Amino acid sequence: MIWTSSLPPFIPFFIAAFLVLVTRGYLRNVILLATPVLGGLHLWLDVQPFVPMVASDALITAKELSYQFTIFNYQLEFMRVDKLSLLFGYLFHIASLISIIYALHVRDRTQQVASLLYAGSALGAVFAGDLISLFIFWEGLALSSVFLIWARRTEQAIKTGTRYLIFQVMSGVLLLAGALMYYHQTGSTEFNFIGIESTAGWLILMAFGIKSAFPFLHTWLSEGYPEATPTGTVFLSAFTTKVAVYALARGYPGTDLLVYIGAAMTCFPIFYAVIENDLRRVLAYSMINQVGFMVCGIGIGTALALNGAVAHAFNDVIFKGLLFMSMGAVLYRVGNINGSDLGGLYKSMPKTAMLCIVGAASISAFPLFSGFVSKSMVMAAMLQEGHNYLWLMLLFASAGVFHHAGIKIPYFAFFHHDSGIRVKEAPTNMLIAMTISAVLCIFIGTQPQYLYALLPWKVEYWPYDMTHVLAQLQILFFSALAFVWLNKQGLYPPELRSVNIDVEWTYRKLLPATARASYNVSQAFNRAVTGAVQRGWQGFQSVFQASRLSQYHLASSWPTGSMVLWIGVILGGYLLMDVCF
Amino acid sequence: MSNKVNDEKIYIFDKPRNVSRLLLGFYIICAGLFVADFVVHRHLLHPWEGFPGFYAIYGFIACVMLVVIAKEMRKVLMRKEDYYDVKEENYDMDE
Repeated sequence: MIWTSSLPPFIPFFIAAFLVLVTRGYLRNVILLATPVLGGLHLWLDVQPFVPMVASDALITAKELSYQFTIFNYQLEFMRVDKLSLLFGYLFHIASLISIIYALHVRDRTQQVASLLYAGSALGAVFAGDLISLFIFWEGLALSSVFLIWARRTEQAIKTGTRYLIFQVMSGVLLLAGALMYYHQTGSTEFNFIGIESTAGWLILMAFGIKSAFPFLHTWLSEGYPEATPTGTVFLSAFTTKVAVYALARGYPGTDLLVYIGAAMTCFPIFYAVIENDLRRVLAYSMINQVGFMVCGIGIGTALALNGAVAHAFNDVIFKGLLFMSMGAVLYRVGNINGSDLGGLYKSMPKTAMLCIVGAASISAFPLFSGFVSKSMVMAAMLQEGHNYLWLMLLFASAGVFHHAGIKIPYFAFFHHDSGIRVKEAPTNMLIAMTISAVLCIFIGTQPQYLYALLPWKVEYWPYDMTHVLAQLQILFFSALAFVWLNKQGLYPPELRSVNIDVEWTYRKLLPATARASYNVSQAFNRAVTGAVQRGWQGFQSVFQASRLSQYHLASSWPTGSMVLWIGVILGGYLLMDVCF
Repeated sequence: MSNKVNDEKIYIFDKPRNVSRLLLGFYIICAGLFVADFVVHRHLLHPWEGFPGFYAIYGFIACVMLVVIAKEMRKVLMRKEDYYDVKEENYDMDE
């Protein structure tokens, strides 16, 4: 009964979240694991896109008409199935299974319930057929994910989580405002191509932009993710930004502006990543960089570019998850994740080190690893559309991502100088989760045809030819050579215990300082004005008392009656003027 | 949770010889990749790619630039670890 093909995939996750709340121990683990497995199998076996994708550029939307609800006259559609939503549906089931295995040792009901609700909201969002239900799950993502930051239960985490939540809720408010405007303009809330021709389109773009970490709107990510629990970050890295990428791919394909925003996103975070000490924050910056490639692909808007964007989202969830997992394992065992304090961990965590290197090779787009087969689609599309200089930027970013995520992360954590830290290898459940991810990275990298078959747009592409592989190997090896050379020359910036100021400085320092300053200024102003007025009044009184004017009858007592009389005289004067002129 | 111990075991990269062997192999691969540009017939999408060693040189220069600029950025951006903590104590203005 429950296995009808139109069952929205978020429902099992929400039910499981409730069950996890009331169960404990072994049974709870079974529920946690069974949810993504059964949900994923159901999606894979029972749910087919209603109309197969035939057109090259146009994304045909198929609807399954059950599971529609009406709220305040808006029709909600929870189950819109096409190849685009299905791809993200599969992805989110895989990601939640891996993350749940990784977090299986955690005995924290808050995190377990929050992560199921979070994964469920992400699934709800990608299958939402209209903007109002998208908004509901959009807020669901915000409210559930913040608990994964708060669950660290430090004062700093609680403050950071609150700032994270403010950004997320702002995004939701913009989405709702945009959706309502869109409805009044078009008479429909259906979520298809939106574009930036209308104000509503801009509002919704800003909402998506916050969640996909556009420049200047990115600090919730670079601040929030490193502050979450070791396992929480793995969940966080999988869903929020990828839902945003999905939403952009559906609402704004071919929007030229996105190419430029995406290119900026690929470039600026890598500078921060090079000098950042907190290795999970390095990964957060490199996540913005990777999302930049996807945003570029969406902006280009050709079939190849869009396929590249969503394929890269698919791969990124897995390899970025793997990297966050390996760093989470180090944090879990060692107790801190600063590059300045780590080093030589390959001796005590060799398996984690190996798995981390697989993730690093994948994110750097080494041939035979997953990043290669998807990033190259975006790069090729960039050249095809004649964005030569932006292509150079992306090439720069590709070299840079290898530099900071491919080399820096494994090198400073596991190699470098021996910090003398000796710990146990990561727990078995963590190793299993990381192994699944690593196998997927290599499988997709070597057998990309299976991923390509799932892509929504129809286009022929094959990444493995001599020219392309050679070019990629050259750029990677010579980036590594630069790293070796800089290290040997002593030019490489050492890892230092520090923070680097970013846009959050404006609201963590500038705004509070401005507020304090303006409060003080307004206080001083207030005092000055009050004082001046009082002094003036006193002066006037003393002058007045001394003058002969104070002798007159009207001035001595100021009775109400004489005031009324004079007002009457003035009004009469007005009336006369009105009549005369 | 971490405990520092002096374990006597010698690991693979503790021997400088292994490190230099690894680096030597790495240099040989780099040289081979650079030479390959002149040997292999390539299908080019863009004229810039035709410049021999384009990707190798670009990759090297890109990374050196990245690091040099980032180091300069440090002078402006870097603060002590407790930079935000100190001031946030008098965040609340309810005096």
